[in-house]
Amino acid sequence: MRRFTTIKDSAYELRLFQQRLYISAVVVLILIGLLVYRYADLQIMQFQSFVTQSEKNRVHVQPIAPKRGLIFDRNGILLAENQPSYSLVLIKERVEDLQETLVDLQQLFDLDAKDIEKFQLRLRRRTPYQAVPLKFLLTEDEISRFAVNRYRLPGVEIKAQLVRHYPQGSAFTHALGYVGRINLEDQQRLESTINDRARYAATDHIGKVGLERFYEPQLHGEVGSQHVETNAHGRILRVLQKQDPEPGIDLTLYLDATLQKQIATLMEGRRGSVVVLDPRTGGILAMVSVPSYDANPFVTGISTKAYNGLRESIDLPLFNRSLQGQYPPGSTIKPIMALAGLHYRVISPNSSVADPGWYQLPNDDRLYRDWKRGGHADYVNLHESLAQSCDIYYYDLAYKLGVDRIHEFSKQFGLGSKTGIDSTSERSGLLPSREWKRSQRREQWYPGETLSIGIGQGYMLTTPLQLALATATIANRGIRPVPQLVQPTAELQSKIEIARDTVGPEIIHSSEESQADNTDGLSNHADHSVQFNGEPVAENNWRDVVNGMEAVVHSRTGTARAIGIGAQYKMAGKTGTAQVIGIAQNEEYDAEAIAERKRDHALFVGFAPIDNPSVAIAIVVENGGSGSSTAAPIGRKIFDWVLAGQQQEPLEVAVKP
Amino acid sequence: MQVQLDFVRSLPGDPTALSVQPSRWQRWHVDIPLLLLLLVIAAYGLLVLFSASGNDSDRVMRQLIYLAISLVGMLFVAQFRIKTIKALAPLGYAGGILLLVLVILMGVGANGAQRWLDVMGIVRFQPSELMKIVVPLTLARYLSDAVLPPSLGQIIVGAMIVMVPCVLIVLQPDLGTSILIAASGFLVLWLAGIQWRYLIGGSLLAVASAIPAWRLLLHDYQKQRILTLFNPESDRLGAGWNIIQSKTAIGSGGIDGKGWMNGTQSHLDFLPESHTDFIIAVLAEEFGLVGVLLLLSLYLLVIIRGSQISLRAKDSFSRFVAGSITLTFFIYVVVNMGMVAGMLPVVGVPLPLVSFGGTSLVTMFAGFGILMRIATSSDPS
Repeated sequence: MRRFTTIKDSAYELRLFQQRLYISAVVVLILIGLLVYRYADLQIMQFQSFVTQSEKNRVHVQPIAPKRGLIFDRNGILLAENQPSYSLVLIKERVEDLQETLVDLQQLFDLDAKDIEKFQLRLRRRTPYQAVPLKFLLTEDEISRFAVNRYRLPGVEIKAQLVRHYPQGSAFTHALGYVGRINLEDQQRLESTINDRARYAATDHIGKVGLERFYEPQLHGEVGSQHVETNAHGRILRVLQKQDPEPGIDLTLYLDATLQKQIATLMEGRRGSVVVLDPRTGGILAMVSVPSYDANPFVTGISTKAYNGLRESIDLPLFNRSLQGQYPPGSTIKPIMALAGLHYRVISPNSSVADPGWYQLPNDDRLYRDWKRGGHADYVNLHESLAQSCDIYYYDLAYKLGVDRIHEFSKQFGLGSKTGIDSTSERSGLLPSREWKRSQRREQWYPGETLSIGIGQGYMLTTPLQLALATATIANRGIRPVPQLVQPTAELQSKIEIARDTVGPEIIHSSEESQADNTDGLSNHADHSVQFNGEPVAENNWRDVVNGMEAVVHSRTGTARAIGIGAQYKMAGKTGTAQVIGIAQNEEYDAEAIAERKRDHALFVGFAPIDNPSVAIAIVVENGGSGSSTAAPIGRKIFDWVLAGQQQEPLEVAVKP
Repeated sequence: MQVQLDFVRSLPGDPTALSVQPSRWQRWHVDIPLLLLLLVIAAYGLLVLFSASGNDSDRVMRQLIYLAISLVGMLFVAQFRIKTIKALAPLGYAGGILLLVLVILMGVGANGAQRWLDVMGIVRFQPSELMKIVVPLTLARYLSDAVLPPSLGQIIVGAMIVMVPCVLIVLQPDLGTSILIAASGFLVLWLAGIQWRYLIGGSLLAVASAIPAWRLLLHDYQKQRILTLFNPESDRLGAGWNIIQSKTAIGSGGIDGKGWMNGTQSHLDFLPESHTDFIIAVLAEEFGLVGVLLLLSLYLLVIIRGSQISLRAKDSFSRFVAGSITLTFFIYVVVNMGMVAGMLPVVGVPLPLVSFGGTSLVTMFAGFGILMRIATSSDPS
């Protein structure tokens, strides 16, 4: 279009402009077409996916933690409750600068490096948009301090939640156990079942030990949920839909809080355990292990220093002696030995044994000494052997029975296996046998070892709970209940199948079972009756042994005669003094000279009233010296408290399912 | 010519009759169809703005005041003769360049960008807005005096007229405004009949210089915006957030929308800049595709009317100016709607007459004032 004139050609220029404008118009239409296509594509073709996306932006499903079931004692006294608690939480996705925010918070709150470190650890395990706690148990002052500064701390919030609290203090810790924050191990356990992961979506705490852990499925409850509308900053604007959580089941224990406290006070300053149970139901009336500790700091997270203090204490306060302490039963085993002797007819109530103060096996030079120098009398019969706790009589009896029969018979009383109590960490003790020694020690059984078992020494180990249960079995004249902390209510039973750690052999003799059914509330569990070869222990054998146990308390010669004075009821008992260290041949035991922690354990078992027993106890006082002087008086006090209490108000016995 | 006559015939009333008997409106140089269109769009915009501001009537009131000021400004501008405007253009250009240099030397602003001049602490003035008007005017004057199509020398001079302020504005940095000014300038060159070989050559040159421009001129955040366009999912919570959220808002609106005041994306703050640059997403969410098409139709009518005015203009200067103003307006629409829908990178371009903000509104209406003067002008230049 080269032109040779410089004169402006208006018509040509107008045409040129028009041409360019029309091309522009076409481009405009194409671009509008593209825009329309793009918007139609987003709004029609991709409509569904964007609607979903915008709903996902807007609506969040939040789990709501259920209220944990409460725990009451038999009289309705609250033992474990839920208290409102405020924690400082961070949602990392909404925090602009985490480092800066933490520095800011450190100025506002009393946070040390340890807190931050623990927070960082929790932060690594979080799921996206999860509120990660930084500080627990905020005070009113801290909450208001945060409120003032909230505007400049995006992503930081105060979360209110219910936290477990144990109002009754350390006396109940070992009986109840405690809950703690869900840790990595708990999380893995929960994640192994998809159902539990959902159930715990809003839950921060889980039963760690004891009752709290055993009944975790019942106490926890069912998670609820709410659909909430949130804005881009995560603030909840309104609740669109809500499904309330289902609270956990409240538990009522057989435990008597007053009794538990009285016993704890009585045991103060000692180390040991007391287990009190109702032989008719197996219900645990008291279960004390001293020393103990306050469980409340464990719920919110105990400081490392405090925890190490507990863990490293020589007195082992974290150790639940009632279920985990394995002690030689000492002479408290003698009633069972006597019953075995009568049952297998190796002794009779009238047969007696010479007691020079020592015993010797045939073809063995070793002298087995009685605890009393010079012996108890020239000849000792069954009655006196129990009353005075004559060792010689039981060396002879053990020798006559042999280890196999001792093992088989004692097993029936729950020794050597877990009792199946509704708690955790129970230990099974040790009821030795030839087979056990062969497999565990790779040695044969020596006859001398049988003699040691006869007086509850040697390899034999029992937990205080096992001793109480064995005593209850004697009190029941052969019916062994399953020890139970929680009263089985219909709600509890319908809800769950309790998975017990291990349950002893449940061979129930038909006649005994019907008898049990007639006894009020006895058979809420499959109780066990003592028998051998299908033959129950004869009634008169029970009577003879119980008479012997009565003589321990109520005769002039009884080892615990001091506690029988002034009693309004008859009780049966047996003292025990268990050696902690082996005493060499010919060596004299001198309590004064031996360091406190090497002193004998003092034991006492017993039940009352004799004719219609409603309480059975086992007491172990570590390094307490003698059972008669240390343990037995504690037993008397407990009997008094329980029986006096029962006179005022009859025992509520659980309804049979 | 035939096509043009068809356009003219479709106008309400006979244009020749209008010019013969000037009405009262025409005496005040008001183009009624254009004014009505602008008012309808502005009203539509206020409706959306009310929702986008979360019932903040205060903000809507402010926008109303801006609109009133802009309308007055438009009428004021329309009272100048085309001759006067043409005469003042180079002066305005020179002054604008001076002010842009001042901005770089002593400007104020936010987010690391200096865009305003603070006049004694009373008025904040943004010289780049002035350039939006002055650059096409100056170029139109330069080319309308030349013999067309422009020679290579004239093209180079014209390109310089456009590029000098653009570079100064990019340095502020304000890529969006710079692009729009460049577009308005080159539209004049285009309408003046730049020859195809120069057009293609110039385009190739522009593409070739894009690489050093990327390296040297663009800031990191601008590069990020362009990169994000191609893969918004790569940075869901960062630069990609805006695009994902605006696409979600648009898409979830569907055909008929969620209803006025019912947009969740904007009301729950998921949509960034929901009352300014991203307001089309609010409209699309609440009024759906129907609402989008309605707005596009209104914009199209403005462009048609602007095109008519430019075709009927009496001289080259008026033609170029009217055409450039009209097509620049359209570029605003395309760039804004394209960027919010994720088709173009996010550059700070408001949606004309709808986005909240006074500065761009005043400039835009000043442009329409010139357009109206051209439409109603009976004086030959």
